[in-house]
Amino acid sequence: MSTHSEAIDHRDGATTKTFVTVWFALLFMTVIEVFLAYMQPPVLVFLTALVGLSVIKAALIIAYFMHLKFERLSLFLTLFPMLILCIVLMLLIFMPDSNRLMLMRPQ
Amino acid sequence: MTSVWAGGRSPYAVNSKKFGMWLFIISDALTFSALLMAYTYVRLSTPNWPTPFQFSPAIIFSTVMTFCLLSSSLTMVMGVHAMNHGNRKAAVGWILATMAGGAAFVVLHMSEWLKLINEEHVTPFGNPWGVPLFGGTFFALTGLHMTHVVIGLIYLGIMAFAVGRGKFKAEDVEVSGLYWHFVDLVWMFIFPLVYLMSAKV
Repeated sequence: MSTHSEAIDHRDGATTKTFVTVWFALLFMTVIEVFLAYMQPPVLVFLTALVGLSVIKAALIIAYFMHLKFERLSLFLTLFPMLILCIVLMLLIFMPDSNRLMLMRPQ
Repeated sequence: MTSVWAGGRSPYAVNSKKFGMWLFIISDALTFSALLMAYTYVRLSTPNWPTPFQFSPAIIFSTVMTFCLLSSSLTMVMGVHAMNHGNRKAAVGWILATMAGGAAFVVLHMSEWLKLINEEHVTPFGNPWGVPLFGGTFFALTGLHMTHVVIGLIYLGIMAFAVGRGKFKAEDVEVSGLYWHFVDLVWMFIFPLVYLMSAKV
């Protein structure tokens, strides 16, 4: 019986308190984002802050809610480096081009 | 000494359903990345991009939607936790609470869409500001996300029904949870990039 409960504890990884803490952290970061939208900072500062906070929020969801922090490293390494590489490639290929289109517009 | 990759062992230490869901999530993440990239591309290359979201009520409204989705993620993880501890009754309750959060999100989102379509005359093909690509990319992105939420609600409905009848294991609930958290995760990018970046105070 004890081995059974041990297996369960191992699979669970985190406690209820951890989940509620992560939820509060996610809500707090959302409030900061909305506050920034209200303050209307310069576009580049705003965009950087929003993307930065969103990446942190995504990481928290993946690590704790989606349990990846408690999985084997091999699973993470199989899934995420490829995803990040593809996103970076899309960014590098398309974003300079969209800026070029803007600059090429007749004034 | 044999390696974990030499065969006869499970190198990821997860069951095949969970691994399959992870692979689906990664491919779906690429789909959403491409759509977000398309939205950003046309936004960057278009002068006079419209900012139709007034801080009050549109941004406050979408913040409430975000709250619903974030809270439904918390209830989902509690459901998985309950199921891991063999408490099926509690797991069903938590899954139903998750569905309530998801349903609230869909209702709020639909009312926001209808307001845009009926009052501001924004459609996927045109709008009063003469930037049709705004409607095209906005409805494609949020529409695909809402489709995922609706599919998630059906998925969780089936799970709640079956778990209540004593079917499915804890790992099956965990797999449905992975899908639900992913839907929440995608919104964490759509909300700031589409709504907050187009806020008008």
